[in-house]
Amino acid sequence: MSEPALIPVLSDEEVREIEAECAHLPDRKSAAIDAMMIVQRHRGWVSDESLSAIAHLLGMSVENLDSIATFYNLIFRKPVGRHVVMVCDSVSCYVMGADSLLKRIEAHLGIGLGQTTADGRFTLLPIVCLGACDKAPTMMIGDELIENVDAEQLDGIFGRFE
Amino acid sequence: MASGERPLIGIVEEVGGLVDLGAYEAHEGYAGARQALTGMTPAEVIALVKDANLRGRGGAGFPTGLKWSFVPQGEASDGGLKYLVCNGDEMEPGTFKDRYLLEYNPHLLVEGMIIGAYAIGAAQGYVFLRGEYHEPYRQLQKAIDDAKARGYLGQNILGSGFDFDLRIHRSAGRYICGEETALLNALEGKRAQPRTKPPFPPASGAWGRPTIVNNVETFCNVPSILRNGVEWYQDLGLGDDAGTKLYGVSGRVNKPGLWELPIGTPIREIIDVHAGGMQDGYKLRGLLPGGASTDFLVEQHFDLAMDYGTIQAAGSRMGTGTMILMDDSICPVDMCRNLEHFFAQESCGFCTPCREGLPWVEQLLTDIEEGRGQPGDLELLDRNAQFIGGVTNTFCLHAPGAIEPLASALKHFREDFEEHIRTGECPYRR
Repeated sequence: MSEPALIPVLSDEEVREIEAECAHLPDRKSAAIDAMMIVQRHRGWVSDESLSAIAHLLGMSVENLDSIATFYNLIFRKPVGRHVVMVCDSVSCYVMGADSLLKRIEAHLGIGLGQTTADGRFTLLPIVCLGACDKAPTMMIGDELIENVDAEQLDGIFGRFE
Repeated sequence: MASGERPLIGIVEEVGGLVDLGAYEAHEGYAGARQALTGMTPAEVIALVKDANLRGRGGAGFPTGLKWSFVPQGEASDGGLKYLVCNGDEMEPGTFKDRYLLEYNPHLLVEGMIIGAYAIGAAQGYVFLRGEYHEPYRQLQKAIDDAKARGYLGQNILGSGFDFDLRIHRSAGRYICGEETALLNALEGKRAQPRTKPPFPPASGAWGRPTIVNNVETFCNVPSILRNGVEWYQDLGLGDDAGTKLYGVSGRVNKPGLWELPIGTPIREIIDVHAGGMQDGYKLRGLLPGGASTDFLVEQHFDLAMDYGTIQAAGSRMGTGTMILMDDSICPVDMCRNLEHFFAQESCGFCTPCREGLPWVEQLLTDIEEGRGQPGDLELLDRNAQFIGGVTNTFCLHAPGAIEPLASALKHFREDFEEHIRTGECPYRR
């Protein structure tokens, strides 16, 4: 317990949820991914401060935890917008025109891949196959899967997300 | 076909959507688990699944009963746990079958896992689920909660004295998690790098304990085998393989979708009858039979039966059984560039041929596609396909899988590659 002051970075609720995961696992380090996903659900991303606090809570080094964080594409180590837009670029969507769809989405949002709109509303990322290939092309906005995406309907699709 | 002959999803159509616990029980749900736990020994269950000739539906086709038999029987000598893990990481591009089972018939998976856990003596189970599968997570978690409340999970299941707890691990991404030892590392909260083998998971898996990992669809085949027996199950298949299979088609067909059909249904029947044939103005040139990491099949193969042996004999793999069609508007070079971009990005980075070789191959394909190809590039691709695709050159099969579509494209569509280099442009972009 060399840096006890770091734990208060996490909310009581976050700590409670992380401890609940630990209780079901053979050792605390095994909760590393779950813990980062819990914090991300509360804060949108995993900051350096959050990372240090989680590492301390689980009894592991910050470097080790960061090496795990940066391995996984769904753990965000940079701030993201209110809604993360993930456009499938895998082969079935490619066959159904995903490349041109992505260009239309980039133009619609006025940002490229990896960027966030100036109003902090959307972050645009590529994603691998979303498992809805019979309804290609597909994308996700937040937790919502959107199938048969029509480039002519982008106003309506994005308009639903404030 | 009667729904009795479609033990995986026939009930979904009958019920008209999600099969909840009440509907599942009304259709003989959990009868297979009851039979196993209250009327059979674990060894008898394993023998039954072995005799049924159920083969893994995740892509490799390994016999399920044989895999289960590798776990030391009875109580572990040190009294420690054994684990049963479901691979629900469905990230093979072009594959959308496990999502359907999880979303619409989640109790079938829970029951299959109860039976599997009893067979190998596992007290703890995990479903390793893709992070992006939000709706499947909600439905599966509800099914687990409902099953627990009804006494199908937990302590002393169905009065048998057998205990089994089931939890979901929601993944944080990366295709490599589908490799079973990488999956176990991810389950343990680590980077998902594949482990050296041996030891294999049945000897030393999750947290060093004996572990079995099976695909969602594989577990879903088990309950009906228990209920109806070996002969019934084998009669479901058309050729050498037993049971039914979820087949899918994506691409420019009239009715892309997913169907439960006898395993061994011919490719052409799946495309023309079930998927409604090609859309007007598009001609089928080739297809990946079971996901991105399988070799292209072409016209001469379209009458073949979709079963493990037949597709392997044709130089490919049935894989996940969900095929991706390449029509004549798609440039084979550019499609390979798309595929190799995926595999290069998803390499875990541990082995050199995979980490360095795949981005290099992607770059070479990009150059050829964009008109910067050089004489000799195809020979370079051939040679590197051999290095990267050599199954003993890397820890796991990510790199060999990555090379399967490319090596087969270089064989079947070579004139397209040559034309790009000769003319310095992509004929599909003219």
